[in-house]
Amino acid sequence: MTEKKIRVLVAKPGLDGHDRGAKVIARALRDAGMEVIYTGLRQTPEQIINTALQEDVDAVGLSILSGAHMHLFPRIMELRAEKKLEEIMVFAGGIIPDRDILKLKELGIAEIFPPGSSLVEIVDFVKANVRK
Amino acid sequence: MIAHKALKQGANGIKWHNMRTEDQVVKKPGMRECTTLSGHPVQEIYTPANLPGFDYQRDLCEPGEFPFTRGVYKNMYRGRLWTMRQFAGFGTAEDTNLRFKYLLKQGQTGLSVAFDFPTLFGYDSDNPIAHGEVGRCGVAIDSLADMETLFDGIQLDQVTTSMTTNAPAAVIWAMYLATAEKQGADWKDLSGTIQNDILKEYIAQKTFIYPPEPSMRLITDTMGFASRHVPKWNTISISGYHIREAGSTAIQELAFTLRDGIEYVDYGVRAGLKVDDFAPRLSFFFDVHNDFFEEIAKLRAARRMWARAMKERFQACDPRSLLCRIHCQTAGVSLTAQQPYNNVVRVALQGLAAVLGGTQSLHTNSLDETYALPSEKAVTIALRTQQIIAHESGVANTIDPLGGSYFLETLTNEMETAAAGYCERIDAMGGMVRAIERGYPQREIQEASYQFSKAVEQKEKTIVGVNEFVTEEQPSMDLLIIDESVQQRQCAKLTKLRAERDGEGVEKNLSALKRAAEGMENLMPHILDCVRSYTTLGEISDALRAVWGEYREPSIF
Repeated sequence: MTEKKIRVLVAKPGLDGHDRGAKVIARALRDAGMEVIYTGLRQTPEQIINTALQEDVDAVGLSILSGAHMHLFPRIMELRAEKKLEEIMVFAGGIIPDRDILKLKELGIAEIFPPGSSLVEIVDFVKANVRK
Repeated sequence: MIAHKALKQGANGIKWHNMRTEDQVVKKPGMRECTTLSGHPVQEIYTPANLPGFDYQRDLCEPGEFPFTRGVYKNMYRGRLWTMRQFAGFGTAEDTNLRFKYLLKQGQTGLSVAFDFPTLFGYDSDNPIAHGEVGRCGVAIDSLADMETLFDGIQLDQVTTSMTTNAPAAVIWAMYLATAEKQGADWKDLSGTIQNDILKEYIAQKTFIYPPEPSMRLITDTMGFASRHVPKWNTISISGYHIREAGSTAIQELAFTLRDGIEYVDYGVRAGLKVDDFAPRLSFFFDVHNDFFEEIAKLRAARRMWARAMKERFQACDPRSLLCRIHCQTAGVSLTAQQPYNNVVRVALQGLAAVLGGTQSLHTNSLDETYALPSEKAVTIALRTQQIIAHESGVANTIDPLGGSYFLETLTNEMETAAAGYCERIDAMGGMVRAIERGYPQREIQEASYQFSKAVEQKEKTIVGVNEFVTEEQPSMDLLIIDESVQQRQCAKLTKLRAERDGEGVEKNLSALKRAAEGMENLMPHILDCVRSYTTLGEISDALRAVWGEYREPSIF
């Protein structure tokens, strides 16, 4: 019996329009055999969580380079809890200084990938950490 | 031609090194196949044989002479150094005003403004959509009051200012003009640039608001207004930087930028403007990335291609219409989070390439920008990098010092040919707006971006400290932190502004603007009326949204 494919939502929260990284990650995950939905730009936390729910995803990858992550990510995690979607693994990347990484992990974000992270590392991380 | 044969065979995947003469075919399987960063083949050595039919007068000529390959001005840096113009902005107008003054004190010679995301999108700081974003990646500007604060103590007729604003550029520019007015400056003396390049927003930077046609109308309105009232102002900074940062190759950057430029000239002419009335004030903005010679060749090819296009396609008569005047920024995407002090070296080499490529103005990135906006310490090093190039290296002592290099001239030619191919394809699609509607440049960029990422992953391209020469080093740096109270302070300012201004006057001006937007008249006078009455950026942008709607791009990857 074939294993159900991992479904990942790649999301761009807030007004940040830098989508190069998000698109590269989305494509790498798809090439690795996952089903990937890309939200497009300018997503509110509400839109992201609603899409995650509707698309029945296993993981959400957040990409942000605008510096607004300490406002948007906590809100996303709050909504994830409200909708009882804690089984969805959330990971992130972009321009996020070290001092914020610890705080974001305490909120339940599984991993933050800085610029220059290996695609293989990200793919392997998603595979190893979904459906736990 | 021998050299071309060798390149073609190399491109077929036969790993053999290139030949020197027809008689001395040297095949060495296993030797390093070299390409530029963008994948363009590079031979082991270049000789006169690479430049058959080279004609100095036709292909290069003197600086300041058609086709301007060697430089746009006769004297270049011997007359005046490039402008050192560091892109800056964060927090409130007060915060950024201090950074501007600091940079000017440290010797920068031009101003460049970075706006926050809400400002880039024409949203006020108290709009719910702006929550969390105010002042984070640029300065928050909600009204003329903020603009006045931004330039407090800085005489606008004594400096040149570049403002990175696109969709709401006409409004931001109106605020700048109104500020100058209040300072007692004459618009005829104002010199600066608004980026105002909406085509590349759809292609790469994505800070669009309205659909393409009304956006182009706004741009032709600014061009027309400037030609009559602000003659020294650069109304567009036709940009390749963002296209390159989004992942394009250098050749795509060159091609799409110039083709965007051609589109603007087309639209200007169709709007009834005479080409020589606005073309002299079109300017360009390119990335300077890691591949040293590719970047220098790109800038030289850009000048030659633009001059020829303006002459042949548009019959421009004013020699200033033929000039591809360039601002450069070192490549943000080349900066690494790993071993960040290496970035100082990268930026130095990139800055050097920009200077050897004949740039008119330059921004050098800061070493800490993979973590945050530049700290004061980091931006000082970035500025000193330019100053050392200018005053210690000697490269500015003669114009186009690498001109005549067999390699550089060949690469310049080859980049021009390759870029022309893209331009022809876009012409065949009906122009750049049509090409964007079809997703053509966007797909090209995405593909190039993905291939590059895979090449790095597979170690076909080395990034020092990232996929090679890796350490566990975690340097601690004092990063710039945006004060959490910025948003609250901006909101308080807006409340006060709305309470104190003439609300009726604001409504009257907004209605007049909407009516004008539904017609064909130049919108700048109406936007100025709105701005002078302290109508906010959000209110003006929303009025135009009501008439033109918003653009949504398809979410493909």
